[in-house]
Amino acid sequence: MAFLTNFYAFLFYFAAFVLVAGLARKIIQYARTPAPLKIPTTPAPTTGRGVVLRMMREVVLFESLFRGNKWTWVFGWMFHFGLLLVTLRHLRYFIEPVWFPIQLVQPFGIYGGIAMILGLAGLWARRFLVDRVKYITSTSDHLILGLLIAIGCTGLLMKFVFHVDVVEIKHFFQGLYSYDIQPLPADPLLLLHLFLVALLMIIFPYSKLLHMPGLFFSPTRNQVDNPRERRHIAPWARKLEQS
Amino acid sequence: MAKATFEVPELTQYTEVPPITPGAMAHSAPFKSREEFQTPLGFPGELVEDWQARAIDKMGELLGKYRSLRVYMDACVKCGSCTDKCHYFLGTGDPKNMPVARQDLMRKVYRRYFTLSGKLFPKLVGAEDFTEEVLNDWYSYFHQCSQCRRCSVFCPYGIDTAEISMAAREIMDSIGVGQKYCNEIIGKVYKIGNNLGLPGPALEDTLEGLEEDVYDDTGVRVKYPIDQVGAEILLVTPSADFFAEPHVDGLIGYGKVFHEAGVSWTLSSYASEAANFGMFIGSYDNMRRLAQRIREAAIELKVKRIVFGECGHAWRVAYSFLNTLAGPWDFLDPRYPVPQHICEFTYELIQQGKLNLDKSENDDKVLTYHDSCNVARASRMGNTPGGQFEIPRAIIRATCNNFYDMDEDTIRDRTFCCGGGGGLLTDDLMELRVKGAKPRVDALNNVMQEKGVTHMATICAICKSQFTKVLPYYGLDMDQIVSLHQLVSNAIVLTPGPDDEDEDDDEPDPDDPNDEEETDEAA
Ligand code: SF4
Ligand code: SF4
Repeated sequence: MAFLTNFYAFLFYFAAFVLVAGLARKIIQYARTPAPLKIPTTPAPTTGRGVVLRMMREVVLFESLFRGNKWTWVFGWMFHFGLLLVTLRHLRYFIEPVWFPIQLVQPFGIYGGIAMILGLAGLWARRFLVDRVKYITSTSDHLILGLLIAIGCTGLLMKFVFHVDVVEIKHFFQGLYSYDIQPLPADPLLLLHLFLVALLMIIFPYSKLLHMPGLFFSPTRNQVDNPRERRHIAPWARKLEQS
Repeated sequence: MAKATFEVPELTQYTEVPPITPGAMAHSAPFKSREEFQTPLGFPGELVEDWQARAIDKMGELLGKYRSLRVYMDACVKCGSCTDKCHYFLGTGDPKNMPVARQDLMRKVYRRYFTLSGKLFPKLVGAEDFTEEVLNDWYSYFHQCSQCRRCSVFCPYGIDTAEISMAAREIMDSIGVGQKYCNEIIGKVYKIGNNLGLPGPALEDTLEGLEEDVYDDTGVRVKYPIDQVGAEILLVTPSADFFAEPHVDGLIGYGKVFHEAGVSWTLSSYASEAANFGMFIGSYDNMRRLAQRIREAAIELKVKRIVFGECGHAWRVAYSFLNTLAGPWDFLDPRYPVPQHICEFTYELIQQGKLNLDKSENDDKVLTYHDSCNVARASRMGNTPGGQFEIPRAIIRATCNNFYDMDEDTIRDRTFCCGGGGGLLTDDLMELRVKGAKPRVDALNNVMQEKGVTHMATICAICKSQFTKVLPYYGLDMDQIVSLHQLVSNAIVLTPGPDDEDEDDDEPDPDDPNDEEETDEAA
């Protein structure tokens, strides 16, 4: 048992490190890469506030996707919103005492889990049923969908069919904060669930999941439309001016 | 009408999404550039020996220089939202004309050389070596993108395929694989001053001819000056405006508007071109060099303002990039935006009631309006977002009685490309141009059937040239395309100057009413 517990402890340290370091590296890289020209897709807001609003509509409502394809929007939004609820519900494992809003969200987290799986199923079905989407799908797209669905299903199974000791799980994760490794219940379903989650964390910075930070750095969406009023010149382009 | 060596698609009421037909347009590629066109732009004359290594180096350089490219290579989730948005896909069914698949041509190389997953598990993530085959695909399909940005509107991350095809073209140019049409034209601007290679004296002749024509028509001496030092406004317009139909009618219109506004203005023989093909090939350096000419002309001619004529991508470069590329413009009159679009100029006069417009002059037409991509999705007019949609429409409404918009899904920021933008307006790509125009022509045909529309106005030189050429393939008439300022030109009631005989119907004699104060001889 001790071996499994240690293995998982190590796995989560490693996964958390890869996730944080990998994302930080990418975010720094995006932030440091200059955007030499103003290229917002217009009509674009002419003020910083407008840009924040535009971005919020993209993040919360998936505005552009809504205009683009209703089915993908429905499934995509279901999945992401479900994922949000599930994540909030899981916060109870990581904080003590559990904040009141997180307590409130608990039952919704379950619906979130269901919505998430339905959304994923819909998205996956499109990859087989729509010839255009099939054409652009690569193996990794299938694998990521499979991974997410497996995470969702193992989670829901633990909730509805094979219950596990949530108190011990919480101890395990709380213990990780202070390098005080607590025993993890040796439940196969739980172990599988956790393993897949760790895997997801590890591939995050190396896969298309980078769309999450990427969205905020997309010049077509995050730039203010004011090029006539302001000169917008990147450091490397400034060098051309001197020559 | 026009003969075609390929099948012209049937028009349909609504443009349907075709099933994918792999390889349908694999044969389409523009003529390659030769050494004589490559070198003046700073590119190698032919495919270099170690092209693969150099291309990958160049890609690394661009990834470090352009955040757009960096983020867009990573962010796509293959959601498919863009797959049915490209007019070239809709017109050809070739899956590599789906924006995401077009991006993937570069993304697979990016993954292979710049990402861990692509280095370790190329098969899994669709990473591929940069082989000659891939390069050929790049050449074909990155020249089947008119950089219209329609796909970016519908992408949840705003991924702009135009940015990617620009980068791809720059990489190809850097290893000596250039496209003839664009590069030859840029060279002409460097050498002679404009895309068409019209030298100064030819421009002067043309403008004198225009003055006479307008005088014959209206009895009013409207001036079309060039290289006039000290004029208030420098007009920069696409060189097509100097001679081709229907472009030149637009130029005539600008002159009349300036005449009514009572401002002095001039063209420049040095910067006699608004178009900036540097953008199409993704070359910041060339785009900058071209833009600098306008600055030099403005200084030379001591003007106070700059106004751009009707040209789509020229307006994008002017509106979005001119300040950055060729600024600062602090020597111009700060009361006006730099630069201004001729539509902004005309619209302001209309609002102030300074133009006397007789709408009935356009009663022989029922109009619709084509939003040009670079204006619609990459620039603005006026002070509020979306002014680029409203201002041209307001001008049309002020100059004619019959106006109907095409289907909502095909206008404003959802407008369909004419099929000839992005440096693809060349005869060697005729099949692509005709097929790519289908979604636009479908919508046009629709309002023709339903509303009796007879003409389509537009404010882009490329759109005008493209439509006049491809409409006949669909059995429509090339004369259906008009310049927006042609409508203004028709409707405007000119105020005669002191040297114009008013109400005189005898044959106008261009020689006798010549005056002493201001002759029409270009200085
Ligand atoms: S920019 Fe326009 S032409 Fe290019 S892929 Fe997107 S929709 Fe197609
Ligand atoms: S819409 Fe954007 S994210 Fe979706 S497939 Fe196209 S480029 Fe990728």
